[in-house]
Amino acid sequence: MSAGWVVAIVLAIGALAYFFAAQRARVQRDGTDRSKEVAHSLPTYHGWLAFIFATVPALLVFLVVSSISAGLLDSRIRSEVTAHIADPAAASLSIGIVRNASNALTQLDLSGANVPTSYAALRDMATSAGISLAESGEDYMVPLAAGVNADAGVHKLIGQGLTLLLALAGAALAYSRIRLRLRARNQVERVVLWSLLAASTVAVLTTVGIILSMLGETIHFFSDVNPLTFFFGTVWDPRFAAAGSSGSEGQFGLIPLLMGTLYIALVSMLFAVPVGLMAAVYMGEYASNRVRSTVKPLLELLAGIPTIVYGIFAVVTLGPFFRDLSAALAGGFSFIQAQSVFTAGIVMGVMLIPVVSSLSDDVITAVPRAMRDGSLALGATRSETIRKVILPAALPGIVGALLLTASRAIGETMIVVLAAGVAARINFNPFEAMTTITVKIVNQLTGDLEFNSPQTLVAFALGLTLFTLTLGMNVYALYIVRKYREQYE
Amino acid sequence: MSLESAATLAAPVSRPNALPKMTGENVGVFYGAKQALFDVNLKIEQFNVTSLIGPSGCGKSTFLRSLNRMNDTIDGCRVTGKINLDEDDIYDPSIDVVELRARVGMVFQKPNPFPKSIYENVAYGPKIHGIARNKADLDEIVHSSLRRAGLWNEVKDRLQEPGTGLSGGQQQRLCIARAIATKPEVLLMDEPCSALDPIATAVIEELIDELRENFTIVIVTHSMQQAARVSQKTAFFHLGKLIEEGKTEDIFTNPKNKQTQDYITGRIG
Repeated sequence: MSAGWVVAIVLAIGALAYFFAAQRARVQRDGTDRSKEVAHSLPTYHGWLAFIFATVPALLVFLVVSSISAGLLDSRIRSEVTAHIADPAAASLSIGIVRNASNALTQLDLSGANVPTSYAALRDMATSAGISLAESGEDYMVPLAAGVNADAGVHKLIGQGLTLLLALAGAALAYSRIRLRLRARNQVERVVLWSLLAASTVAVLTTVGIILSMLGETIHFFSDVNPLTFFFGTVWDPRFAAAGSSGSEGQFGLIPLLMGTLYIALVSMLFAVPVGLMAAVYMGEYASNRVRSTVKPLLELLAGIPTIVYGIFAVVTLGPFFRDLSAALAGGFSFIQAQSVFTAGIVMGVMLIPVVSSLSDDVITAVPRAMRDGSLALGATRSETIRKVILPAALPGIVGALLLTASRAIGETMIVVLAAGVAARINFNPFEAMTTITVKIVNQLTGDLEFNSPQTLVAFALGLTLFTLTLGMNVYALYIVRKYREQYE
Repeated sequence: MSLESAATLAAPVSRPNALPKMTGENVGVFYGAKQALFDVNLKIEQFNVTSLIGPSGCGKSTFLRSLNRMNDTIDGCRVTGKINLDEDDIYDPSIDVVELRARVGMVFQKPNPFPKSIYENVAYGPKIHGIARNKADLDEIVHSSLRRAGLWNEVKDRLQEPGTGLSGGQQQRLCIARAIATKPEVLLMDEPCSALDPIATAVIEELIDELRENFTIVIVTHSMQQAARVSQKTAFFHLGKLIEEGKTEDIFTNPKNKQTQDYITGRIG
């Protein structure tokens, strides 16, 4: 029986429990004189309570047993393989082979006496069934794989039996508890509350998980590379080594990447902030309702375009255009390269315009109407009102919005991968190529890799640096927005 | 104290030969297709306080806002008829609305100081209109406006603190100081005391009476006692029409119209 069936059966038990519990509650309610005793909860609440009793503990147990089983099987494979092979790198390869072999056995439906004795025989049978296995397997792996499969079968039986028993027991318990005065409604509400809480915890836990996983790999990286040479190194030259060989040392200087990141973000902000702010002022203060209701969604449509599309636009259209334009301006010599800080910054700026304008528009329209009226009634023009009253009042919010935008610019990947180039160097000419942290993360993780050399692990250190940077900016932005929110009201 | 005695005892005598400062002729106001004000004819006398009374939605605030064209800021609002300030038709295309609002200032129902310092709040109007020639001049305007608004003694030591930090009544007097700092000829007040407690209200009412020396004042109020206390002329609006206008003591002691009588005796509204 597969896991899907188990879940389906549990849910079916839950549905039946709902039906019978609601029915029983209804019968109890209708059999009582209302003037003497009143039912506490509606029958549907009793039904839901029975459903929860039947399904929630059963499914939780199913999940726990399954994960314990996976851990047990994993540790059995690991211990038996390491008994044969000492070298950890080779062992991890062999563990993979054993797993594939046990999968193949399951798919071929082989167990007990049917299991072939040699790995080569198993591989032949698998190949003829269209399943590919690695060549380098050894004979001891076959009985191990079969044994693991047998264990898995036992675990599965225990887990599924326990789950179904619990579902039935839960349903029976809930059914037997039904009384007129049972506070089923409050109990259901409590479960709802907990599940809402669990949903909101998912995001937080994911963040924590991301940080922890990156932190582990980053510490691993810093055991090979001195943090000082990483954070203050000015040369980026990771020198990819051929797989398996070691000894070639790379240089992992963060500074050129950080500078490229900040430089491109700066160019994009220089473009996006004035344009976006002016668009927001127009939308918030000048545009008639009709214009606003058409132009604003169009502007926000820009935010929905995948950034890779912007990247393609930059590399296919805008980059060559700037190159040819600069050639025409300078009389033959194109001082703007096709991939450059300038091109990437402009395209990223276009991407950021809706972010800036939408966030600032919200802030500007939040300034109370009384402020506008007060200024206009004193004989100020519209633009005086905007410059002297509305923008100052909205400034904290706008600064917060700009910080959020800047952290978007710093974390942006696909545009810079295509438009900025891969040359990691310290450079102040915006018309030449530079590269960013995100580009190098992509570079270092592209291809078939093992995460045990500094060349790949550096990606985690870069990722964590980037994460810290943008998190810091977001926190600061939220702090500013909160601090000055009480300006009016 | 009954309404009549309030009017006869407290209302200051109107100036005998007061000139009309503003005149409305057949003023109508439309919000989109809906007409909110019908054919209002009203003279606002110079250096007198004119109060506009009437139940909610009767058009008194609408009329007030058409006197300095604040209705222009509302989408779809249209004004018909004619409103003159002295000799000028304020809806004439040759009139600059910015200049008009400098001549006809306004104080709103809810105090709305800018999120700036007390000094900057008052200096705002003089600065944008270039009234002050230099810093000393500006200081003088700010100080005298605060004095005339009766706020000077309370804020003279903290002019650089934010205006939003004052109490409600102080904020409203700050808004009055801000409005008179541009040296307007007419001051419009839209229920200036409705957000204030009785003590702050009394202070502002006293202030209105003093300001009458230099300004022509139009005030919208829901409180008939207030109209009786501060104004020399009263106009009663109902359902977008001007029902009756005249000397305050006449309106409150001897109304000619049945509706007016019903309203001031509390039977409608």
